[in-house]
Amino acid sequence: MSVRFGIAVFPGTWSDRDCAHAVELAGAEAVPLWHADRDLKGSDVVILPGGFAYGDYLRAGAIARFAPLMEAVQEHAQAGGLVLGICNGFQVLCEAGMLPGALLRNASLQFRCQPACLRVETTQTPFLSGCQKGQVLQVPVSHGEGRFYADRETLAQLNAQGRVALRYCEADGALSWEANPNGSLENIAGILNERGNVLGMMPHPERACELLLGSDDGMQLFQSAIQHLAALPA
Amino acid sequence: MVSLKEVVNDPQGLVVTDALHSLGYPEVGAARVGKFISLEVAGQDLESARERVDEMCRRLLCNGVIEDYRFELRPVAVA
Repeated sequence: MSVRFGIAVFPGTWSDRDCAHAVELAGAEAVPLWHADRDLKGSDVVILPGGFAYGDYLRAGAIARFAPLMEAVQEHAQAGGLVLGICNGFQVLCEAGMLPGALLRNASLQFRCQPACLRVETTQTPFLSGCQKGQVLQVPVSHGEGRFYADRETLAQLNAQGRVALRYCEADGALSWEANPNGSLENIAGILNERGNVLGMMPHPERACELLLGSDDGMQLFQSAIQHLAALPA
Repeated sequence: MVSLKEVVNDPQGLVVTDALHSLGYPEVGAARVGKFISLEVAGQDLESARERVDEMCRRLLCNGVIEDYRFELRPVAVA
């Protein structure tokens, strides 16, 4: 049986079709999940895609977190189900308290849509289990509010528990301010929950799944999740 | 009023500070940019309205990870 990815659609979501395309390229099934339903339609993995859910009014993700669908997503995550929040989806996960910290206006005050290099900081999550620690993935960013912030204590805890999943880096893996497109603390591009089954990241892996688009490194996240689920006992 | 916590970098505030300096207001130390939200709340009792609004701030209007809030209530007679 093929792995099923449920892809959330809020009013204002824009990356759902791209995510479905990437998931299908990876050999899995993609089903849309409507924000007003509590039904995950039997999804193994839930993707909260990029966009501007509810117009990002008030704060990015602030309204979306109260959508009926999010109750089902929280239950799915609590039961150990996989959840991937991309860009706006990461913002929703933070607002919902499913991941710590918050995403603020880019330090440059500019919307940044550009290629980025990401250093894999841990493979202790089904989304990166097919990668090597220290590997550099080329995946684009496209956001105006991606500056990760957490207080000092939370940041120390994320580091100590190996929950920083991805950091913005140079092509050779070196961390620098220049490689950081939004001013995130410690170049953080993606983080995990304690259990490692929920990943939030600002860059868009679904936009890096075909060489025609410059990189297919993003495919590794989808394939890792699929392989992880396929290896579980039935 | 919802504003970024003191410890959170506010790039909009920095730009506003620079702009005011270049307009000839060197006395401006630092500007912070926040949000102003106005609510009409029905009710008779100021104290219970205060509790409700405080809850609204904590649940939705303010993200306590990055923001602080304060509010004031002003009774308005309805015709």
